[in-house]
Amino acid sequence: MSELNAALEHPTYNYKVVRQFAIMTVVWGIVGMLVGVLIAAQLAWPVLNFDLPWTSFGRLRPLHTNSVIFAFGGSALFATSYYVVQRTTQARLISDKLAAFTFWGWQAVIVAAAVTLPLGLTSSKEYAELEWPIDILIAVVWVSYAIVFFGTIVKRKVSHIYVANWFFGGFIVTVAVLHIINSAAMPVDMTKSYSAYAGTVDAMVQWWYGHNAVGFFLTAGFLGMMYYFVPKQAERPVYSYRLSIVHFWTLIAVYIWAGPHHLHYTALPDWAQSLGMVMSIILLAPSWGGMINGMMTLSGAWHKLRTDPILRFMVVSLSFYGMSTFEGPMMSIKTVNALSHYTDWTIGHVHSGALGWVAMISIGSLYHLIPVVFGKNRMYSIELINVHFWMSTIGTVMYIASMWVNGILQGLMWRAYNEDGTLTYTFVESLVASHPGYLVRLAGGAIFFSGMLVMAYNVYMTTRKDVAEQALPAGAAQGSHA
Amino acid sequence: MDINDLRGISTALLFFAFIGLCIWAWSSKRKKSFDEAANLPFADEELSQRTTQEEAKND
Repeated sequence: MSELNAALEHPTYNYKVVRQFAIMTVVWGIVGMLVGVLIAAQLAWPVLNFDLPWTSFGRLRPLHTNSVIFAFGGSALFATSYYVVQRTTQARLISDKLAAFTFWGWQAVIVAAAVTLPLGLTSSKEYAELEWPIDILIAVVWVSYAIVFFGTIVKRKVSHIYVANWFFGGFIVTVAVLHIINSAAMPVDMTKSYSAYAGTVDAMVQWWYGHNAVGFFLTAGFLGMMYYFVPKQAERPVYSYRLSIVHFWTLIAVYIWAGPHHLHYTALPDWAQSLGMVMSIILLAPSWGGMINGMMTLSGAWHKLRTDPILRFMVVSLSFYGMSTFEGPMMSIKTVNALSHYTDWTIGHVHSGALGWVAMISIGSLYHLIPVVFGKNRMYSIELINVHFWMSTIGTVMYIASMWVNGILQGLMWRAYNEDGTLTYTFVESLVASHPGYLVRLAGGAIFFSGMLVMAYNVYMTTRKDVAEQALPAGAAQGSHA
Repeated sequence: MDINDLRGISTALLFFAFIGLCIWAWSSKRKKSFDEAANLPFADEELSQRTTQEEAKND
């Protein structure tokens, strides 16, 4: 009884589930990016498909996307949202058991995906390939996640709900709605189902889901990270709390309409394409509002960038966020899209967001969070964080630059006509011309992946109880931990 | 009244909602509570430290 009283008077946080998800973020990041490096190599050297169905590009590509988005990104979102919601509500998660269920349930989803996708079991919807039994498990885990998250907000010890929680909350609610509606299907047997929608409607539902997976899973959730970890690491409150409120409501109000830009020049009615284009262009405003809010949080603290590689990760991630949220609206303009669509430019754009923004803000947040939840003052080696930072930055730049070149090259070659109306180039000529770009992309991806191995070593040494952190490099800033 | 009137009205409603949101957010009445909210990430060090201390004890 006295223990219970002590727990009531002196509450503590549930750091266990945060530790679990944080470690699995690193593990799945390595797995997912390794598959990415392999399929990049397959595009450069097709012999690496090994003539086996299970290792062919068509099956491994969804394995890559699912593992980096949902396994790596998802675990990062679980870890940071559980951490942030506790620390800004000053309340322990509403249920340790349900939180543990979300951890094991989510890992089960990931393992099921890793087994079924190479076997060729797929609903063929991009980023929603998993078959219906796994979809049901995802829905159950996600509803449990919502109960844990919002339940904790309800029992908060402070009156205000901090802005990071609004972004995490918006992400959780919207992803639930998107997943359940887009995954609606008629099962034939345990491993095969058909979509509840047909034809163009199916395509529109799919890209309403697909683009909002980008907008809410890969953006709103990670903005939640940004609004907590950037102020925390810079040791000053967010630049403008008022702007953060306008940022939240405008971002979620506009994002939901942008999906049709994935279906330019298709059977989708023209007005819907134009609507998607206009909404995508408007989206620049809230995106940049948030990016500026994050950046300006450093005003008066810019000198910290010289000595703090964690802060550098965060600021560079915001730069990539600004770049890709400028590029996205531009590519959604129909005339630009006529050149860029179906080319490697799209893949470059995605990775500018995925590596530059999503991965780098997650990595920065994890370097901040891991020492705290493992009871250490800071990461084992600040120097290795700096090495990782440069590997990530160089890898990302090589990746997106090569894909820009390839994309524009492909777009121009495919649209070139002779005077008699025949095509100037065959498809395979554009493929041959793309080969150097594929090699550079492979090198960039491999460098980014190797950075994750450096992180894994640093995290492992940080978690060991018998190892003290290394001495700070000369001139490094103290503070900004816990 | 046809669907285009509804489209116009909904655009106008969203525009006023946006203006209203900005006025609400920038009203000087709310400055104090927003300042408090913005400092929430820095308000719980004791709780976090207690958590890691308790965990170290239980090991």
